[in-house]
Amino acid sequence: MPTKSENQLKTGVEFKVSRNYWGLVRELAVADFKLKYQGSVFGYLWSLMKPLALFGILYLVFSVLAKFGSNIDHYPQYLLLGVVLWNYFAESTGNGMRAIVDKSDLIRKVYFPRIVIMLASSLSALITLALNLVVVVIFIALAGIAPGFITLAFLGLIAELFLLSLGISFFLGALYVRYRDFVYIWEVVLQLLFYASAVIFPLNMVPAQYHALLLLNPISQILQDSRDILVNPTQTITTSEVIHGPLMLVPYALPVLLAVFGFIYFERVASRFAEDV
Amino acid sequence: MDKKLAISVHNVSKNFKLPHERYNSLKQSALHLFSKRSYSKFEALKDISFDVKDGEFFGIVGRNGSGKSTMLKILGGIYTPTKGKVVINGTLSPFIELGVGFNPELSGRDNVYLNGAILGLTRKQVDAKYDEIVAFSELEDFMDQHLKNYSSGMQVRLAFSIAIQAQSDILLIDEVLAVGDSNFQTKCYNVFRQMKRDKRTIVFVSHDMNAIKDFCDRAALIHDGVVAAMGTPDRIINKYNQLNVVEAEDSEVASELAYDTTTRWGTGDASILRCETLSGEDKRRIFQPEQPLTVRIEAQAKASLSKPILGLVIKNAEGIRIFTTNTKLQGTSVPNLTPDEKITLNCIIPPILGNGTYTIAPAVADTDGKVIYDWIEDAASFEIRGYDTSDGIIQPRHTITVKKGS
Repeated sequence: MPTKSENQLKTGVEFKVSRNYWGLVRELAVADFKLKYQGSVFGYLWSLMKPLALFGILYLVFSVLAKFGSNIDHYPQYLLLGVVLWNYFAESTGNGMRAIVDKSDLIRKVYFPRIVIMLASSLSALITLALNLVVVVIFIALAGIAPGFITLAFLGLIAELFLLSLGISFFLGALYVRYRDFVYIWEVVLQLLFYASAVIFPLNMVPAQYHALLLLNPISQILQDSRDILVNPTQTITTSEVIHGPLMLVPYALPVLLAVFGFIYFERVASRFAEDV
Repeated sequence: MDKKLAISVHNVSKNFKLPHERYNSLKQSALHLFSKRSYSKFEALKDISFDVKDGEFFGIVGRNGSGKSTMLKILGGIYTPTKGKVVINGTLSPFIELGVGFNPELSGRDNVYLNGAILGLTRKQVDAKYDEIVAFSELEDFMDQHLKNYSSGMQVRLAFSIAIQAQSDILLIDEVLAVGDSNFQTKCYNVFRQMKRDKRTIVFVSHDMNAIKDFCDRAALIHDGVVAAMGTPDRIINKYNQLNVVEAEDSEVASELAYDTTTRWGTGDASILRCETLSGEDKRRIFQPEQPLTVRIEAQAKASLSKPILGLVIKNAEGIRIFTTNTKLQGTSVPNLTPDEKITLNCIIPPILGNGTYTIAPAVADTDGKVIYDWIEDAASFEIRGYDTSDGIIQPRHTITVKKGS
């Protein structure tokens, strides 16, 4: 019989031997990615063809027809980079929101840290982003823009975007289990963020007094910094040019804070997913 | 000194809150923000304690709804206990259900890797075991096909083949022995024997008393959320069978007909005296598979009745009408009845109903079926218990054949 003398008994299930779950993260992410193109003839090629087609359209509209971004060199590349990064953000958070509910079968029947699902969902979106970026980089190279040492900083920006998407997904994924309304709420918020993030319009079209406000948004900051690094070092308005002092840290700190608090919130409610979902 | 403990369960209780209404959207939540949310508390487990020693084959038995599956889910870490604590000493592999995480849109091969990862195998381990898994499942020719093209038997075979490769120290197994054809079942049993010889720690939940007897070193009987008995498999099986008999007797006492106007109506020109279920001539409430059951209805005329109709409705636990029959539909002639004359109807139903609880509503009506003399909802109930080879509302005897190719 169990000894009753252990006074420090805590409620819960304690595993004395822990397991490594990275293999599961990888398998789930790969399966997710494979399923995305299930049943399509071109399969993964779509990850390359989609940005390709997008570039064709952007080139046609902005370099041939409209004079929208005529004061910015390589505007189609500038735009493509922004759209691809934005699409990653939208896909990653959207999938992250549905991740737990979509995997309800698994959650009700097997134990593993629930964060595994969130990481897998984010990584799966990251695979798509990586393939998209291959195309973006090709077009940037074709435009004759030479990569420099600073290009490596772009990886840091991707990491920042990953953290931001993951942090938001933690909240959305957990809330969606209880409240299915978040599909609609997030759709509207995404629409708002899209216009608040300088994805399609060049920032110099906006009156200068709003630049600081727009660039406090981490997505704008990531987009503009990426464009500054990869496409137009001289013509892109970045956060560090507009905002000075400690306030400049806001967009960089926000993804970290969201990820940390998102994780804490997620872990707090995760043990109930099996019953609630 | 005792052997090392693989699992120890300390005073575990688990309550479920069953909300009377479930709010899945903010609007509903907002509307009910200030009204106290009503729910009923369901105590699935009450202060359960037991240990499983390292290398022990431990069985858990109990009726449906006794709490044994909840217990297994707590051991597996899926549910958090409301009170108490569980300590698991060793790596744990839950094949609480086979083929968890199988995706019909992926190939058999991809599913092996995915399911393997869920069971805690690394990609390298699956690589090394892949041929063995495929060979055991006998699905060599199908591995590149999508899982959706597999029959359910094939899926289970694949799932089981992966599951037995789990490298963990402790295995949680819920009702998996009754899968596949008899050939495959023999293979499964051999695997279990091997695991037992290898001294792996196994917690095994089953309705199959033969399997419990064959494999388990020790077993526990869970009833109504408490450990009702613990000990040798023989003793537990005995207790389990006793429990079933006691329940059957309990319900016989309850077969007196209730006179509750919400569930009984009619003009009163006839009165139903009795409604019961029998096996042959023995009164019974619980039926085994393959046992025909007889519904017997006894009624008494209170006035002169000209060729009345006697009939019955059988409903399942969800209240779905499984079938309705009466003397008119069947073309059975019923004689005229004088006041106080009694009449008995026997309806023999072949073994076709699936596991579950059913209720019977007997009725007497006039010869056109327009005037109801007496009708009693839920006058009696019976249970079919023990099918484990198929599932669903009906379980007719059937055969399945599979052949390779199209």
